[in-house]
Amino acid sequence: MNNLDKVRGTMRRDKVWPFLMPKQRKVDISHDIILYIEGLTVAFDGFKALNDLNLYIKQGELRCLIGANGAGKTTLMDVITGKTRCDSGSAYFGQNINLLEESEPDIVNLGIGRKFQKPTVFESHTVYDNLALSLKDNKSVWYSLTAKISAEQQDRIDSVLDTVSLTKERFMLAGALSHGQKQWLEIGMLLASQPRLLLIDEPVAGMTADETERTAELLQELAGEHTVIVVEHDMEFVRSIARTVTVLHQGSVLAEGSMHDIQNNPDVIEVYLGDEA
Amino acid sequence: MQIKRESLLQGAILGSPICRRFLLILGVSTVIASLCNLLFPPESFFHVSTFSITLMGKYLCYALLALSVDVIWGYCGILSLGHGAFFSLGGYAMGMYLMRQIGERGVYGHPTLPDFMVFLDWDALPWYWMGMDNFGFAMLMALVVPGILAFVFGWLAFRSRVTGVYLSIITQALTYALMLAFFRNEMGFGGNNGMTDFKDILGFDLQSDTTRVVLFATTAFMLGLAYICSHYIMSSRFGKLIVCVRDAETRTRFMGYKTERFKVWLFVYSALLAAIAGALFVPQVGIINPGEFHPLNSIEVVVWVAVGGRGTLYGAIIGAILVNFAKTRFTAIMPEGWLFGLGALFVVVTVFFPEGIAGYMKKIRAKFKKKSDVDDNQNSTDNKLKLAQERT
Repeated sequence: MNNLDKVRGTMRRDKVWPFLMPKQRKVDISHDIILYIEGLTVAFDGFKALNDLNLYIKQGELRCLIGANGAGKTTLMDVITGKTRCDSGSAYFGQNINLLEESEPDIVNLGIGRKFQKPTVFESHTVYDNLALSLKDNKSVWYSLTAKISAEQQDRIDSVLDTVSLTKERFMLAGALSHGQKQWLEIGMLLASQPRLLLIDEPVAGMTADETERTAELLQELAGEHTVIVVEHDMEFVRSIARTVTVLHQGSVLAEGSMHDIQNNPDVIEVYLGDEA
Repeated sequence: MQIKRESLLQGAILGSPICRRFLLILGVSTVIASLCNLLFPPESFFHVSTFSITLMGKYLCYALLALSVDVIWGYCGILSLGHGAFFSLGGYAMGMYLMRQIGERGVYGHPTLPDFMVFLDWDALPWYWMGMDNFGFAMLMALVVPGILAFVFGWLAFRSRVTGVYLSIITQALTYALMLAFFRNEMGFGGNNGMTDFKDILGFDLQSDTTRVVLFATTAFMLGLAYICSHYIMSSRFGKLIVCVRDAETRTRFMGYKTERFKVWLFVYSALLAAIAGALFVPQVGIINPGEFHPLNSIEVVVWVAVGGRGTLYGAIIGAILVNFAKTRFTAIMPEGWLFGLGALFVVVTVFFPEGIAGYMKKIRAKFKKKSDVDDNQNSTDNKLKLAQERT
């Protein structure tokens, strides 16, 4: 009977079939919140990498995620970007887009960019090509056969090169860059794709103090126009950029607040900062 | 810095010096060989025998097959050990057309049925033989059938994210399965013996010198065309993305590209090249049988590409021609030693020239350039200027 009702519902004459309805692809952020994560649980062979995790990210925010190894930071990013499927819970991009239904490339094209922990740039392409390929553009097969860089995109690439200070290296193969420069190039590739939400996994790992400082400046510049989520182990770095910090512990949120609150939170001191001291 | 023409845009294809040089060599040698065969009498010193012409035509078919493997293996890192399947399917389509052209001249003299069907006591053509007497339709089938097979196979394999060794094994299984199927008489493709005893193509006698030369020249033309197409594809954004997929597929996916679609279309393109090679191969060697499906053949193609140098296009062509030339020579001198020779060649190349002949040539050229730079400082600044101009 239930199924029959469902079929009747589908066949209603005054409605378009649900699978024919065009998907709404524009992110609705009318409530000023860009990412809703609710009750997210991911288990690997019984081990709960994420356990009923709730997280809300405001539009234009710069949020730091910290937590010990295995706290679920990277798994969370994997779920948001579609790399890992979750067992239960929901993840919405804006009011209307269910991230759990989208494939990885679609999620990227919706405007969620990600920088991996290990810098992965395309070593056999030049710095310039690396950026040109990451531009926000039509990404279909047929288009790519005849794709050309427009003047606008050219400006975009130039400005990104300037931002990550790789202008001089533009025609170098990306494989020839130093580790720090690769990190920068990857951030540059993110910027070139003009995402609304940036997920950045350990941006300063392996960077010199000077480079770290400039990364901090860059991330702070990005926030506002973009929404940025940074995962980082380097507490010094977090302190220098953080406005709001979320502490993850065993797959769920332990505490959330300003750096000052976090540092004085007894739970956090016990499980995380306690180790450091 | 003002950049007008970007590396991504890529100028005219013929602007690339290697491409131009390759096409020139191919064109000139084809024309010379053809003319030497047609113009000079057999006694003349300059005469190129029809046998040699056919042999060269065969090498060029192999070169085209090697090119198709290089496109998929060298650029996209998909090691296909089953490209012989597409080659043979193309060949079978051509074989069916040639079979239908025999008509009443067969041993049994049946007006429509090929000899082997008469032999099997069949009384009518199976449905899939219909229309194969039309050259256009047969050639269409030579492309469509391998193309569809590659699309379906690629779609299933790439969508389930099968990569690396597993994919190689499946491709091998694919061609092996087809071999077993084509060996069966009930399939209606001549079983074990395949198809042979062809008489003419488009009304021209297959045994005549002129037809042979035209077939050879057509093969050279198709090879040139395939080279230009592949060069264009590989220097477009599509080609760059294909290299991205080879180096870091996950990352490419996280740039918003549906990598499986890129892989499928490249696989189909590669299969089409192999099918064209097969269709050109059959009228020149005069036979197609299920042995062509054997995985060993496909693996040999991979060896040609490795010897020539993968990821360069022209390397695959050089490799295919050289190895096959060596094979012809070797099997004439010491037939039983060929496989050892091939094995030794493969070992030597992988140990001493890991990037193949093309990579070795590149290295030599780079060394030479460096030397001349030291010799002549003025020259080096000129070079740099030129480089800078090329870039901008």
